[in-house]
Amino acid sequence: MPGLHSLSRTRTRPHAVAASHSAEDRARLWLAAAALMALTLLALPSPTRAQSFDADSFTLDNGLQVVVVENHRVPVVAHMVWYKVGAADEPPGKSGIAHLLEHLMFQGTETVPPGEFSKIIARNGGRDNAFTSSDYTAYYQTIARDRLELVMEMEADRMANLRLAEEDVLTERDVVIEERLSRTENEPTALMNERLDQALWVVHPYKNPIIGWAHELEALTRQDALDFYARFYAPNNAVVVVVGDVTADELRPLAERTYGQVRPAPETPTRDRLRDLPPPADVTVTMRHPQVAQPTWWRRIVAPSRNAGASELYPALQVLAEVLGGGPVSRLYERMVVEDKVAVSAGAGYNGRAVDFGTFAFSVTPAPGRAPAEIETAVEAEIARLLEEGVTDEEVEGAKRRLRASVVFARDSIFMTARIVGAALATGATLEEIERWPEDIAAVTPDDVMAAARAVFDGSAGSATAVLLPESSS
Amino acid sequence: MVMSFRRCAALVLIGAGLMIVAALPAHAIEVTRVQGPESGVEAWLVEDHTNPLVTVEFAFDGGAALDPEGKAGLAHLASGLFDEGAGDLDSQAFQQRLADLAINLRFDADRDTFKGTLSTLTETLDEAATLLRLALTEPRFESEAVERIREQVLAGLRYHETDPDHIARDEWYASVFPDHPYGRPVDGTPESIAALTRADLQAFARRHLVRDRLMIGVAGDITPERLSALVDTVFGALPETSDLPAVADATPRTDGHTVVIDRAIPQSVAVYGHGGLARSDPDWYAAYVVNYILGGGGFSSRLMEEVRAKRGLAYSVYSYLIPLNHAALWIGGVATGNARVAESLDLIAAEWRRMAEQGPTTEELADAKTYLTGAWPLRFSSSDAIARILVAMQDADLPPSYLTERNSLIEAVTLDDARRVAARLLDPEALTTVVVGQPEGVTATAN
Repeated sequence: MPGLHSLSRTRTRPHAVAASHSAEDRARLWLAAAALMALTLLALPSPTRAQSFDADSFTLDNGLQVVVVENHRVPVVAHMVWYKVGAADEPPGKSGIAHLLEHLMFQGTETVPPGEFSKIIARNGGRDNAFTSSDYTAYYQTIARDRLELVMEMEADRMANLRLAEEDVLTERDVVIEERLSRTENEPTALMNERLDQALWVVHPYKNPIIGWAHELEALTRQDALDFYARFYAPNNAVVVVVGDVTADELRPLAERTYGQVRPAPETPTRDRLRDLPPPADVTVTMRHPQVAQPTWWRRIVAPSRNAGASELYPALQVLAEVLGGGPVSRLYERMVVEDKVAVSAGAGYNGRAVDFGTFAFSVTPAPGRAPAEIETAVEAEIARLLEEGVTDEEVEGAKRRLRASVVFARDSIFMTARIVGAALATGATLEEIERWPEDIAAVTPDDVMAAARAVFDGSAGSATAVLLPESSS
Repeated sequence: MVMSFRRCAALVLIGAGLMIVAALPAHAIEVTRVQGPESGVEAWLVEDHTNPLVTVEFAFDGGAALDPEGKAGLAHLASGLFDEGAGDLDSQAFQQRLADLAINLRFDADRDTFKGTLSTLTETLDEAATLLRLALTEPRFESEAVERIREQVLAGLRYHETDPDHIARDEWYASVFPDHPYGRPVDGTPESIAALTRADLQAFARRHLVRDRLMIGVAGDITPERLSALVDTVFGALPETSDLPAVADATPRTDGHTVVIDRAIPQSVAVYGHGGLARSDPDWYAAYVVNYILGGGGFSSRLMEEVRAKRGLAYSVYSYLIPLNHAALWIGGVATGNARVAESLDLIAAEWRRMAEQGPTTEELADAKTYLTGAWPLRFSSSDAIARILVAMQDADLPPSYLTERNSLIEAVTLDDARRVAARLLDPEALTTVVVGQPEGVTATAN
């Protein structure tokens, strides 16, 4: 699921709030009952939801795009550098190198010793981290506004001057191997997810887990990381997004003094991927695992994205996903969970924020005793009903209202704003498209939703279905 | 390299001195205490009219620890049912109303509190308030909804029973609180959840949702005048009080025992810890700073340095203070491949000992202060976060002025304070550990 999953350099722990009693952060119950994938899909249907940020933008002579969104609530900024490179841009056999490099970017430059980057940020009262997806790699700090130049200088420094010691690379590779154990080997849903992506994408690089296949990850070298860095890390392959208590006029001289001093790559780096899919097929992957007690059922269908295929369907596909499976009033939930009781939770999501293909995904937690075949039948019956009977004006209007409201909620957080704007720009959207999104959603008609539904559900796109079962079940 | 990084180093140095100035400016975040004129219910407000939304965070003192004997998981199940039908609206009608108006309403339970969050666009604030009032005062608990949410809770338990992080945490609490409700799983057990009834839920609503247990924090696009009326509307009809019993104070049984839960997974997940200190303890800030240095401070912590950065033994290793209302904990976690997890645990115990015996260094203390004071304003970068902090402050009996005084409390911690509190609280012999997995070289000393 490009764009949907991203790996962070550290696990984000609930922050020890001054007086908080709760160290646990749990999702809504009906979501808590769903699998890992459902959480991802339903909680963040698409990062492009929020728009109308009133962003300012300028481009430096070296090609670096800088975007500013003002938010003056507190004297704080979120500063992010987005590189237009991710796991799908890795050379064959080197899965995991984009993410390993993300970790190694904290391992030193000529002027910042290994491991010191985050400590310098912390000593200045800031927080930092980084994350990698199939299509992008991003580094960020949230910090007091008077420290903005410091973090810009440090990011500019490591954009060009990474220095890696062999020993540090091997230690950090061990950290990532442990990360893979935590995220994947210890988690049957994640193992299933890996197999599902492999089955769906077959040859397209979205087939590879972002963290890398274990045997390839274990063989990655310092030189692999440096090669990847040299090829993709440059101001003319990056976007800087700053959200918070700063204006474009204030930011420009800082950007010129820092990032502006970094030499561009002679030629703008390009993604050199295989962009093909084999002839469409419907594949089912069944996994039985001793560490599973609750079965899950997922399906993913290749769909147009904002950038590829029928991109004009992008807003309508978002409305479709909301109508079909966007929450407790969605068709899937009402039919499968409330009325027929074949499932404990059921949802759908659309991810069109991808450089290449998007995906339309279903996630169902079967009710006790319900076979996967019953789930499949029920989901397909809902799709057939939708194709036959259409959608109502009320359903479409409600979905559009929720999608547009999500902009206001996202704009409330400087971090969410920076993340949404950065992810969109790093995967090929323009600022104009981002700002226009509420209008695009407002313009969606029931006919548009049906056109989107036919495009995804007419059987012409490949799909992969996952069935995850306890070992003992027959 | 064209740029000079020397300047950057200079900035860092100057930065440390300036940091105190960058504390939260009073003009940016100002708390207004608002009272409902009829009900007298109080809410704390931080106004911000730049974005047309309002977040209302509310919490009732008393959570899962008050689930009656044999009814573990009642608060958790209830948290899934207050938005499943109320007043004249059945479950689907209630959810439809929320969805049509793009109103977000959720409830949650932890050991000490039952809480909820309402967030809405300003244009639908009145409807949102009406729906929240109905949810709190006239929940329907119809059998269809109860059974549906019960199935979701049970499915959640099935997910958790194979999730090593969840197992480790639940087993740790069970192990150190064998005779106290804190030892029970907040989410309940399959047996306890199956036995809960509509009458249990009604009793829960009547006893937990009362005004003398209520704390409210509001942030966003609302004036004090409008909020005072809203407080009466939403919370005014709740009963003043109830006969909920008190939760007994508890001392965690952290005698240094180790429990191993055998699971066929490649990486062992460990939770370890012992007693901590109450939020009201005079040494709280010193302990908070010490924990930052020991295991709370991301890449700046000793645990991270020793376990991850130097040896690559783990992706995640941390510690934190948990001041429950009736017990205090200082716990942590780590996950390392089965073959090497014993090394991680040994290193953690050694760091625990080194901090207990020597405390932090002068430099570590200074660095911790610049981080903790500098990062304080970062907590206020969304309405949700602000509303949560307002409730947390009330829960801890802190005044509104805490927002501006908090950094001086951190600054006041001396090296002697930090050493004293580390020696007083950190005890490697008492570190009590639960390991889930197939750890090599780890000996179980208890079941």
